[in-house]
Amino acid sequence: MTARYSWRAGVGFAVGAVLLFAVAPVALSDFRLSLLAKYLCLAMVAVGIGLAWGRGGLLTLGQGVFFGLGGYAMAMHMKLADAGPGEMPDFMQLYGQLDALPWWWRPFASPWFALPATVLLPMLVAFLLGSLVFRRRVRGAYFAILSQALAAAMVILLIGQQGTTGGTNGLTDFQGFFGYDLDDPVNQRMVYFIVAGVLLLLLAIARQLMLSRYGELLVAVRDSEERVRFLGYNPANVKLVAYVAAAGMAGLAGALFVPAVGIINPALIGIVPSIEFVIGVAVGGRATLLGPVLGAVAVAWAKTALSEEFPAAWTYLQGLLFVLVVAFLPGGLASLVRMVRRRRPPPDPAPVSPAPVVSPQEVRA
Amino acid sequence: MTVIVSQLFTGVSIGAVLLLIALGLSLTFGQMGVINMAHGEFIMAGAYTVYVLQKVITDAGWSLFVALPLAFAVAGLMGVLLEVLLIRRLYARPLDTLLVTWGVSLILQQLARDIFGAPNVQTRAPDFLTGNIKITDDLVLSNNRLFILTLALAAVVALTVALRYTSLGRRIRAVVQNRDLAAVSGIATGRVDRLTFFIGSGLAGVAGVALTLLGPIGPTMGTNVIVDAFLVVVAGGIGHLKGSVIVAFALGTLQSLVEYSTTVSVAKVLVFVAIVAFLQWRPQGLFTLRTRSLA
Repeated sequence: MTARYSWRAGVGFAVGAVLLFAVAPVALSDFRLSLLAKYLCLAMVAVGIGLAWGRGGLLTLGQGVFFGLGGYAMAMHMKLADAGPGEMPDFMQLYGQLDALPWWWRPFASPWFALPATVLLPMLVAFLLGSLVFRRRVRGAYFAILSQALAAAMVILLIGQQGTTGGTNGLTDFQGFFGYDLDDPVNQRMVYFIVAGVLLLLLAIARQLMLSRYGELLVAVRDSEERVRFLGYNPANVKLVAYVAAAGMAGLAGALFVPAVGIINPALIGIVPSIEFVIGVAVGGRATLLGPVLGAVAVAWAKTALSEEFPAAWTYLQGLLFVLVVAFLPGGLASLVRMVRRRRPPPDPAPVSPAPVVSPQEVRA
Repeated sequence: MTVIVSQLFTGVSIGAVLLLIALGLSLTFGQMGVINMAHGEFIMAGAYTVYVLQKVITDAGWSLFVALPLAFAVAGLMGVLLEVLLIRRLYARPLDTLLVTWGVSLILQQLARDIFGAPNVQTRAPDFLTGNIKITDDLVLSNNRLFILTLALAAVVALTVALRYTSLGRRIRAVVQNRDLAAVSGIATGRVDRLTFFIGSGLAGVAGVALTLLGPIGPTMGTNVIVDAFLVVVAGGIGHLKGSVIVAFALGTLQSLVEYSTTVSVAKVLVFVAIVAFLQWRPQGLFTLRTRSLA
């Protein structure tokens, strides 16, 4: 199977790279390009959700937490770099509650700490929560609610600690990104190229995971967890890998979101944005590789286009998207594409949420 | 000493609010397994029922007592509508139900914003609920907190009696415990589902009436409370009301005691950690329904 798809994947990546690196920078204005960078960051989160939810059946409603951890780690480093060595960031001086930098801010002054932390910190949190929860077989809706509660708890904590986290305002007003001036359009372009490159890298990683033996195990856990357990595997570990990988991707997305958009605050990572990450994935096709990316970009673009002029209409539309796509088109737009060209049986059936023991395959047989 | 007692009372009254909010969910989520994210918006509908009613009945006391059954009916009918139109098609896909009902909640919130405006509105509390009962100089119990506690306990008693001693309750329990066997025994499971959903959503309306006594109401009030309510039911366990009751009061007390020694935000986070730790001990919640499934 891998061999048959590999040349198509190669062509696909090449086309994607040409579109992102050659066509988009020429065709789009600086403003549009920076918007695209923002959408691509959201698409990175979607790649992880596609892996965890589409392939693994883990509906994670708290990806905002990991996005936020990555974003805040990067933002803290940029704030400290702006302030200069030994100085406090501007907003701390403004609030004036602190005499010195809090101890947990200090390590972020070093890029050698901050950059790995943007990915490893979210992965660590996901590992802790995931290993506790999956090992005790808390699953399905219970897991979804716990992941959502984590997002709620994180936002409350951030807002409560205004003096050290910026509260509801978050961290914003950055000048430089590793010594480059962020106001300079050339450097904004550079950020866009980094974002696009990272997205392609994450897609390659996700594809590799999905096509590997591990990927098949993950789908098996989604469709019939008990059967996988009886075969001698530990479903908890299988799910944990997908959850941690998705968290790392969300963290990286958050870290790049900060230089690309210039802000990170609780309103970007709470319950509502966390569940908004999911809708793009559902629209595009949760169990496919590219579906989540295209869906996330499309939904984010529609949000920008509509919400400024017709905020009420956008909310209705977003609600309708959830209702119509999830209830009546669970495979997303990707399943429409498949319906149009029925040349070969789909490589991966659209996920029917599994009844615990009887798998969809068995019903069909 | 009085500090601890008054913190305990605060905890019990936080627990009573949690219980009222979670009680409807313990029917729809706990008994039927439906994750209805629009439950918070049914609470909002109950609260706005009071707001609208007070334009007609100016006396705050009367309007409160008329609002209780009316909000029950309004929210309950919304629930039945949701069940008939959407949820019925999704019983086999619980996670998708969650996302679909989230979409419904977005639409309902925006409807509320378009009808009543985005800013929060205030309702009037009746005079007899504005005072306090002074037990000692330090220990003062406010009337509206006592009222909510009474309301929560009354709702629990009424629901317990209804589930245990009426024929409707027997049918609900039969469908929960074994849907197929209930169906072949002649129970119209579809009708039982709708009725259960009516009662569960109606209780959300009652919770909404109670919330008007505690503060202003607005389009997003549902989202703020729904996560806590789900946590209560998750930790309380599926299929048992008493689990939700115990957990609601335990969480309320824990939160108020931690809040007293630290801050509100730290308390919220610690409550979350406590629930995750608790699920390590009892992954199915406090009380579980004995089944032969592999869970």
